[in-house]
Amino acid sequence: MSQFTVSTDFPFCKGCGHHLIARNVVKALEESGLSPLDVILVTDIGCHGIIDRCFTTHTVHGLHGRSVALAAGIAMSVPPEKKTLVFIGDGGATIGLQHILEAARLNVDLKVVVHNNMLYGMTGGQPSGLTPCGFRTTITPQGSQLPSYDLCRLAHDAGAAFAARVIGVGDFSAVLLQALETPGFALLEVLELCTSYGVKLNPQLRLKQLAGQAGLELGSWSATSRAPTRVAPAPGKKSLLELSPIKQRATAKLNQPLALVLGGSAGEGVQSAAELFCQAAISCGLHVAKKGSYPVTVQVGFSTADMLLSPTPVLSHALDRPDIVLITSQDGLQHNLERIQQMESGELWLDASLPAPTSGACLIQQDFRGRAGARNAALVALLQYVQQSAFLPAPAFIATILESPLAKHLPPDLLKL
Amino acid sequence: MTHPIPSHPVLIDGSRLIVEACVQAGADIYVGYPITPANLIYSYSSQRFPALLPAPDEISALQWISGLAAAGHMPVTATSFPGFALMLESINMAYMMELPMLIILVQRLGPATGSATAGAQGDVWLLHGMISGGDSPPVFCISSLQDCWQLPPQALRTALEQRTPVVLLTSKEMVMTQCDFDLATLPAIKPLQRNQPVAAPPYASYAVSEDSLAPPFLPVGNSRAQVRLNASTHDAQGILRHTTPPALENTLRLPRKIATGMPALYHLDEQHGADCLVVSYGVSSGAARQAVELLRQQGQAVSLLLCRSLLPIPPSYYEICSRYSRLVFAEENLQGQYARLLFGQALNDKIHLVTGVGKMLRPADILQAVMS
Repeated sequence: MSQFTVSTDFPFCKGCGHHLIARNVVKALEESGLSPLDVILVTDIGCHGIIDRCFTTHTVHGLHGRSVALAAGIAMSVPPEKKTLVFIGDGGATIGLQHILEAARLNVDLKVVVHNNMLYGMTGGQPSGLTPCGFRTTITPQGSQLPSYDLCRLAHDAGAAFAARVIGVGDFSAVLLQALETPGFALLEVLELCTSYGVKLNPQLRLKQLAGQAGLELGSWSATSRAPTRVAPAPGKKSLLELSPIKQRATAKLNQPLALVLGGSAGEGVQSAAELFCQAAISCGLHVAKKGSYPVTVQVGFSTADMLLSPTPVLSHALDRPDIVLITSQDGLQHNLERIQQMESGELWLDASLPAPTSGACLIQQDFRGRAGARNAALVALLQYVQQSAFLPAPAFIATILESPLAKHLPPDLLKL
Repeated sequence: MTHPIPSHPVLIDGSRLIVEACVQAGADIYVGYPITPANLIYSYSSQRFPALLPAPDEISALQWISGLAAAGHMPVTATSFPGFALMLESINMAYMMELPMLIILVQRLGPATGSATAGAQGDVWLLHGMISGGDSPPVFCISSLQDCWQLPPQALRTALEQRTPVVLLTSKEMVMTQCDFDLATLPAIKPLQRNQPVAAPPYASYAVSEDSLAPPFLPVGNSRAQVRLNASTHDAQGILRHTTPPALENTLRLPRKIATGMPALYHLDEQHGADCLVVSYGVSSGAARQAVELLRQQGQAVSLLLCRSLLPIPPSYYEICSRYSRLVFAEENLQGQYARLLFGQALNDKIHLVTGVGKMLRPADILQAVMS
C-alpha cells in the first residue's frame, strides 16, 4: 500500500484506463520523495474526479472543467515545495480550455493530468473537443467529422514549461515524474479508452494508430525556463486616504442647494475641471456631490458633470432639474438638450459657437473654446461663470487650480483675476 | 442648522473608501476583471492591495479566488451583473466548499449588458435565490460613504467567521460619485484574525462543534492535517456522498449557518407618533433620508429604516415594520424587489412602492408617497 492512497480499489469500471493513470501517478509520487501533505490533488466532474477519496493528499473536488483555474489559485499561493496536481478529463479540458491556456501562459506551477478517453463517459458517451476525427461516439455513430484540438501543442504554444502525450498503457510514471519535477506548468495528456462507450463503439481500435491518423504526436515538448507566476505580497503600500485636506479659503454665499451641469466633449477636461470646482466649493464651506456621465468610449463623445452644491450635507445625488447649465461643445449640448429645453428658469451658459436651443433659462453666450483652446474649454467656462456670478469667491477657485497638477499646462494669463 | 467644521475635508468616491477598508481589515489579495462601473475599485486595488492578480475572465477570477481562499488568503473581487452572472456557478462552489471571500457587486442598468454607466438596484432578486436550492449568501448593502468604510470589514468578518462567500452590494453612483467627506470621522479598523483550529489531527474539513455551525478552517497545503474540500454533496470529512443522511445534514447546515451567523445591521431613525415607515437601502437611501428630513421640517412625523444587512432577511425587519400602519419602500428597480421579498408578490394596502428605472429616485417622489 502506498502512503498516498487509502485504497487501491479505485472506483472505475473494469478495464478503464483511469486505473492505470492512477497507479502511475501514485508510483511517480512515491518516487518524487514528496509526502502526502506536500500534495494538493484537485479534481473536477467526470469519472476521473471520483478518485479523490482514495488519496491521502489534500483533495479538492470542484466544478466541471474548472479544476485548472481552481488549482491555479492554490498553486500561485502555496510554497514552491508543495505540489498541486490536477486531474481533468477531455470534456473538462474542452469547457475549461481557457483555464489551461492561461495557466500555461502564466506558467503556474501546476501538474495537469488530462484523462483523454475522447468522449464524455459519465454522461452517455458524447464527443468532446478532444475527440479525434473518425472516432465513434454515441451521438456520432459514423465517427466524428471534426478534428480534435491538439491540447499539447496549444499548451506548449501558450507557454507551458512541459507538455507530453502518451498512450495510457504500461508504465509511464517516468513522464509523470518529469512533469512533477518541472518547475512551472506541466501537462500530461494520456490517451485511453472508455470501456462503456469507446471500446464498444470502436472495436478493433488501436490508440497509437488513431493518434497517428489524427496527427496527435506522441512525445514531449519543453519550453525555455522561466519563473512560475506566484502571489508575491507587497505589504506596506501607501494608504489611499493619504489625501491632503482641502484648505478652508473663504465662505460661499449660497443659502440653498444649487444644481449645476457642465457639459462638453470627452478629452476636453470636463471631469477634472468639475472636480477642481467642487474642491473649491468645499474650500468655501459647501457640501458637494459630483457625478460624471460619459459613454463607455473614453476619448470620444460627450462628457457631462452633474454637480450639487449645498450649504447643508447633500443626501440625495439625484439631479434632474438643473439651476445652471454650462455647455462648451456640440457633444455636451446634444447630451443635455432635453433637460435644457425643460428648464423654466435658471441660466444657460453656452459657448459662442453653438446654436442656442429653446429654453426657459436665461441665455448667456460667451467664448469658452477660443480663450485657451478646446482642451481647457470646460475650465474656462467654470472660471468665467465663477467670476461673473457671486456665490463662490473666484480667488478660492483660482487658488485651487494653481495648486493642482493642471496649473502648469494652462496659459499663464488664464488665471489672472 | 449648523454643522461642525470638518477637520480633514476631501472630495472622495466610495470606491476609494471600500478598497482602503478592505485592506485595513485584512483582505490580502484582489483578483480583478475589468467591468464598468466596478473599474475604480479595480484601479484603487492595484494601488493598495498587498497582491493583485488580473484574471482573464470572471469564471477564472472566482476560481482563482476560491483556490486562494482554500490556501488561506482573504481575497476580494468586484464586478457588475454580466461578470457576476459568469461567477454564479463558482460562487455556489465556494458556498459549498465553505471558502471565505468578498464579492463586491456594483449594480448597473440591465437586462444583459444594459447601460454600463447607468446605476440600478435590480439584482436583489438574483441574489435572493442565487444558491441552487433557493438560498443566498450573506449580502450587505452600502447606503452611504460611511458604510463604504464600515461594511467591508463587517462583510469580511462574516466571510471568515462563517466560512462563506459574502456579497457586498452597491451601485454605480455609490462607488463613482464624488462627495465632500471628512476623513477625520472614520473610526479605526481593527484587522481581522483568522482562528486556527487547535484540535490535533485527524481534522475533518466540515465537522462542526456545538459552539458554531461554521467548521474550523485549515488551509490546503498545510503540513498538519489532510484537508478535503468538495463542491459536490459530501460528508463531514469532505468525501463525496450521495444523499446519505450525514451528507444531507451537512448540506442543510449551510443555510442555517448563514442565517444564524448573519448580523442584523440597519439604520433605524424612529420618530414618536409616526405611523409611516420609509424603508430603503443602497443608493436610494440618500433620497429616502432627504425626503424624511423634508417631511419632518414640514411637521410630518415619519420614521426611516435603511437596511444594511439585506440577505438573508433579518427577522427584526418584520418586527420593526409591524409597528407601522404604512410602509413606503424606495428602491431603484421596476418591481420593488426588496418589498416583495419581505411581503410577497401580492402586496397589501399597507405597502406603497416608490420605484424607478434608469434614473435615481427623487426625494420628492418619496415625499409624495408618504403624504398621499
